Amino acid sequence: MSLGILTEEAIVPASRKPQKLRKGGGGFTKRTGTSFLVLAFLIASAIAWIAPLYLAIVNSVKTPEEYAASGPLSLPSQISFEGIVSFWQQADFSVKLWNSFQISFWVCLIAVALSFFTSYAVGIGRIKGRFWILGLFMVAFTIPGEALMYPLLRMSKMVGLYDNIWSLIIIFAVLQSAFGTYLLSSVLSDFPGEIIEAAKIDGAGTWRTLTSIVFPLTRPTLTVLMVFFFIWTWNEFLFPLVLLPSNDSQTVALSMGLASGQYTSDPTTQAAAALVGIVPTLLFFLIFQRTLLKGVTMGSVK
Amino acid sequence: MTTISDPATETAVLHLRKERSTSKGIYWPFLVPGLLGFGVVVVVSLLWNVYLSFTKWNGLGSPKWIGLENYQKLMVDETFWQSFLHSVVFIFAMAIVPTILGLLISASLFDYIGPRFGNRTSSAVRAGFFLPQIIPISIAGLLWTWLLSSQTGIINTVLKQIGLESWQQNWLGDASWAMVSITIVLIWIQVGYTVVIFMSGLARADQSVHEAAAIDGATWFQRFRIITLNQLAPEIGVVLLTTTVAALKVFAPVYVMTQGGPGTATTVPAYYSYFNFIQTSKVGYGAAVATVLAVLLIILALVILRFQNKQEENR
Repeated sequence: MSLGILTEEAIVPASRKPQKLRKGGGGFTKRTGTSFLVLAFLIASAIAWIAPLYLAIVNSVKTPEEYAASGPLSLPSQISFEGIVSFWQQADFSVKLWNSFQISFWVCLIAVALSFFTSYAVGIGRIKGRFWILGLFMVAFTIPGEALMYPLLRMSKMVGLYDNIWSLIIIFAVLQSAFGTYLLSSVLSDFPGEIIEAAKIDGAGTWRTLTSIVFPLTRPTLTVLMVFFFIWTWNEFLFPLVLLPSNDSQTVALSMGLASGQYTSDPTTQAAAALVGIVPTLLFFLIFQRTLLKGVTMGSVK
Repeated sequence: MTTISDPATETAVLHLRKERSTSKGIYWPFLVPGLLGFGVVVVVSLLWNVYLSFTKWNGLGSPKWIGLENYQKLMVDETFWQSFLHSVVFIFAMAIVPTILGLLISASLFDYIGPRFGNRTSSAVRAGFFLPQIIPISIAGLLWTWLLSSQTGIINTVLKQIGLESWQQNWLGDASWAMVSITIVLIWIQVGYTVVIFMSGLARADQSVHEAAAIDGATWFQRFRIITLNQLAPEIGVVLLTTTVAALKVFAPVYVMTQGGPGTATTVPAYYSYFNFIQTSKVGYGAAVATVLAVLLIILALVILRFQNKQEENR
């Protein structure tokens, strides 16, 4: 869950940075020999960082014969989708994609709704015992999944949701909303009290205030949370591993983890597997990057 | 209405005023769905798990109460202590090293490369480091298993091609290399996170101090050591704490790349707990390992809470 620790701060830089940097300023912008060296070194490191992905792409379109003959570093002489197609069929990848999508989709909707309601009571309602509630929720997203795993496994069997994606949807919705509540509560406690007050004077009840005032104004933040919940859920490994044993209910991240080592004698198929697994995440990162930035710039107006 | 015209309220501090003015209205129903889910998924499960840690059970029939026996066994269980030792190595790989690298990379990108070669250059380099962060960890594990594989892996193939055959290793299958290999993968994954957080911290910080120091003849490294590190102190704190939590929770990379092996060479607490629960059906023992880990992480969470409260006060 490496993305699990991304906070909102992580989304801020790209949107704010350009205004802060300026040209000019004497020695600050001079391109010396040293500066080219530093730049070369950084670029080389960044290239080394993306090299594994590059290698996956290059080798996933090679034939096994070419891989054996010319090794992993050479560019493919012809593009072959053999490895990708064979992995896709062996792993029944379309089913995994659809499962992952469904789980992530429902989790991000339900988790955002749960976080929003709870943090509305905590941040705006300022109900008694709110510090305890927040503390509890924080504990919920710090404890390891292993400490909940076995009871949840038994419970899902009891209610007949074992090997069913809904057990995962419920569990993740609650766990993600613990983080969401924690974050949203601090956002909402900065919400201008005058607006709430004005709504109350105009006769709006708490539900009305929530739907027609607080919700529209916090929508950008909620969108950001949704995108993050989606990605985190997509990437989860432990709970799918324990709760989704059958092939038809597995997720992308789970089937990839299980496929590791399965193709050691077939390196091009393994490269294809890595590539096929990476592409969806890469795609929605590219798509949602704009949503993230938009959400942040809109939210920063407050 | 009365709260607004009340003179005492007008002089009160902001958060007190808010508290009084919004304390009317009925808010508790909004807590119901969240707390209900939380109660079932977290509270019940956690307590159940603690109960199981005092029992002996293979998952069939009913658990047998054995008191503290599991914990007594843990105290002398070498694998258990070894797994925490591995966690310490992973704290180094996920918290310490990425923080140091992240500081150096982000500071040089932000106030050295950025102003000289433009924002695009620095954003592109940052994107390169960030890329591993967006891949699911299990897929990163799959990718590296392929790179590190002893027979057909890229690293060994390349070493052979350039005539360094003697450098070839069974990277994941050799007990003395497996930890090193996983450590490198974790660093690879984690650096992007620290770079992004630190760059956002730098964007918020006041740049005039830097400029003044530069005019006074301070070198880049002096400015880094004295100004940048101070400006980034809050971010460094947050990053160290959150990545330490993540390091203690490591499961997927170990499961995918080595299954805790060879032998127990790469076993971590989370994996050891899973192994007892599922692989060997020692449910009570697995629950005890998970409980110890949970207690440790809860303590860390409380430290984080305190840390954040302190920052709020300083603001």
